Amino acid sequence: MKRHLLSAADLSLDDATLILDTALEMAAVSDRTVKKLPTLRGRTVVNLFFEDSTRTKTSFELAAKRLSADVINFAAKGSSVSKGETLKDTALTLEAMGTDAVVIRHSWSGAPVNLARIIRGSVVNAGDGTHEHPTQALLDAYTMRQRLGRIEGLKVTIVGDILHSRVARSNVLLLKTLGADVTLVAPPTLLPTGVDAWPAEVSYDLDSVLPKSDVVMMLRVQRERMGAAYFPSVREYSRRYGLDVDRAAQLQDHTIVMHPGPMVRGMEIASEVADGLRSTIQDQVTNGVAVRMAVLYLLLGGSESAIGSVEQ
Amino acid sequence: MSWLLKDVLLYGEGSPTDVVLRDGVIAEIGTGLSGDETIDGAGCVLLPGLVDLHTHLREPGREDAETVETGTRAAAVGGFTAVHAMANTNPVADTAGVVEQVWRLGQEAGHCDVFPVGAVTVGLEGKEMAELGTMADSAARVRVFSDDGKCVSDASLMRRALEYVKAFDGVIAQHAQEPRLTDGAQMNEGINSSLLGLTGWPAVAEEAIIARDCLLTAHVGGRLHVCHVSTAGSVELIRWAKSKGWDVTAEVTPHHLLLTDDACCGYDPTFKVNPPLRTQADVDAVREGLADGTIDAVATDHAPHALEDKETEWGAAAMGMIGLETALSVVAQTMVEPGRLTWRQVAERMSEAPARIGRLDGHGRPLAVGEPANVVLVDPTARWVVDPAQTTSRSRNTPFAGHELPVRIRATFLRGTPTAVEGKPA
Repeated sequence: MKRHLLSAADLSLDDATLILDTALEMAAVSDRTVKKLPTLRGRTVVNLFFEDSTRTKTSFELAAKRLSADVINFAAKGSSVSKGETLKDTALTLEAMGTDAVVIRHSWSGAPVNLARIIRGSVVNAGDGTHEHPTQALLDAYTMRQRLGRIEGLKVTIVGDILHSRVARSNVLLLKTLGADVTLVAPPTLLPTGVDAWPAEVSYDLDSVLPKSDVVMMLRVQRERMGAAYFPSVREYSRRYGLDVDRAAQLQDHTIVMHPGPMVRGMEIASEVADGLRSTIQDQVTNGVAVRMAVLYLLLGGSESAIGSVEQ
Repeated sequence: MSWLLKDVLLYGEGSPTDVVLRDGVIAEIGTGLSGDETIDGAGCVLLPGLVDLHTHLREPGREDAETVETGTRAAAVGGFTAVHAMANTNPVADTAGVVEQVWRLGQEAGHCDVFPVGAVTVGLEGKEMAELGTMADSAARVRVFSDDGKCVSDASLMRRALEYVKAFDGVIAQHAQEPRLTDGAQMNEGINSSLLGLTGWPAVAEEAIIARDCLLTAHVGGRLHVCHVSTAGSVELIRWAKSKGWDVTAEVTPHHLLLTDDACCGYDPTFKVNPPLRTQADVDAVREGLADGTIDAVATDHAPHALEDKETEWGAAAMGMIGLETALSVVAQTMVEPGRLTWRQVAERMSEAPARIGRLDGHGRPLAVGEPANVVLVDPTARWVVDPAQTTSRSRNTPFAGHELPVRIRATFLRGTPTAVEGKPA
């Protein structure tokens, strides 16, 4: 049986809780002077990034190195991949070199699933197209628990381009498993057809949802969407769906504001809010390393039933 | 050489009868007949040879995926005696030269008759009308015109095409897909696409074009054939157009009769097809449409692809699936066994209607003395498991791998000569 993390839906409540608990232990390591565990010594982790992402790649690289794994960064740009080599051949090459885990970022939804069918090692989805980004959801959950002490029963509002967001998909699935109540807020054009079947509420009206929220997660909205008529202008988007200072003032005292980054200050979130006390944006980055350490540890070295697996 | 088909059931009806094929025609029908060669057909159903309105033979251009030779062998194994070869080859079948080449390759191969479909527009580019009349007058005698794979989306051009082909009794076979609504589309737009993060291909993109084309057809008094109907709304629109008496026909593929977009959930590009697999409600509606005659014909949309074009990420993979060898079995499973169609009606939907739409003379004819001996003998009780490694087609991209399906083709005859016997090319 192969063991992968392809979707947040792969995780049971026990799996997710174990990852978050393990991440807490990993975080303690990061506070030491020598930030390193010998756990994955002699194991090889490949960062296979078909899409640019400095922050996620660095986070995974740091996580693997803190566990003493050998890390290879295999950037698709400038490699044989850009010369027409297929995902299959790349995978077979990595397999032939003997890799224990492949962390894959790809612009096509489902590419990690395709990869997991080919290679024997573990596959970790580091973001595939507009599908999922499960470790982002895990680090978000970790951050919520850290700040608010629990996840079950929290009212989490996710705002922005839900249609194209892998972060939203993974968060909806994981937060459902963890018992939070999710509300998605976006202009109707940026919600997928079929969203009614998701385990989440949907609203077009940010102002009515904000005062009830324990967590507000703002998503980046790409300016390109404007050209495709998803919304008329950045200004109008901002006015209706941006978390500005006035809106932030409507939040409850304990409510936190999250953003997976990279953010567009002044569009979906005002600078004052992004840098304010409610903001967990820096914590999310910090926690990302610990959560990814936990994921790699549990996939490669940890207890057998720690993380859901894909039957072949 | 004459062939005796012994104790067969004509259209699956009546009592066992002997049929003798001689000199290219059905020479005798009766009891106690004899022939040079005998096939014991006890319990088997004799149907007119199947006719496919929608086959991609890939030649010229992608002979690594299929050729006229391999594709027509697969057709014969599947019980077909005639196929319409789609125009999206390379070069495109938009001139008399290309359609005559494909037609001639079909004649030389001899496994089944090949009727080339001519492109509606030059290079399938949707800009200028191709020389439709020249293709109609060529040796290939083209009557069906289609930009299949692409939609003739320009309303004015579609109107002119529908009008123009009236001069030679042609039909425009439309691949109904509004291009702006399907930019980058990967699969049916719905719950599954939302969860998989794949760009949706909404039902309305098919239905909007069908509605428009039905109205255009009525306006100019033309003849429209709707390719691979896949949505419940499309069935309703076609039912409406027919109720008006407009000359609109439609086809459905075997895969749209059996599979839903749940098949896409593992990102296996075998299930990537255009139009995409839809929902169970759509499957139910196209079955009902085929049963009540709203949908006139089953057409395979047999679309062979080389392994490397399918063994890739979903988004990078080619669209389409093969279907010639499984078509009758899937129709039996989805329509005959549940009692939606009789074998007599299968003969209509898979032979007579498509031959009529394509204006073919020697196909889709009655099982009667003196008629061309284009027939297929099927064993309705046999079952088999689809194995991609065993396809006669050069390609392996069947969506039915591992499915146990009913019906085996005992033998296919083209003008009295066997082209496939017991599942193997003759």
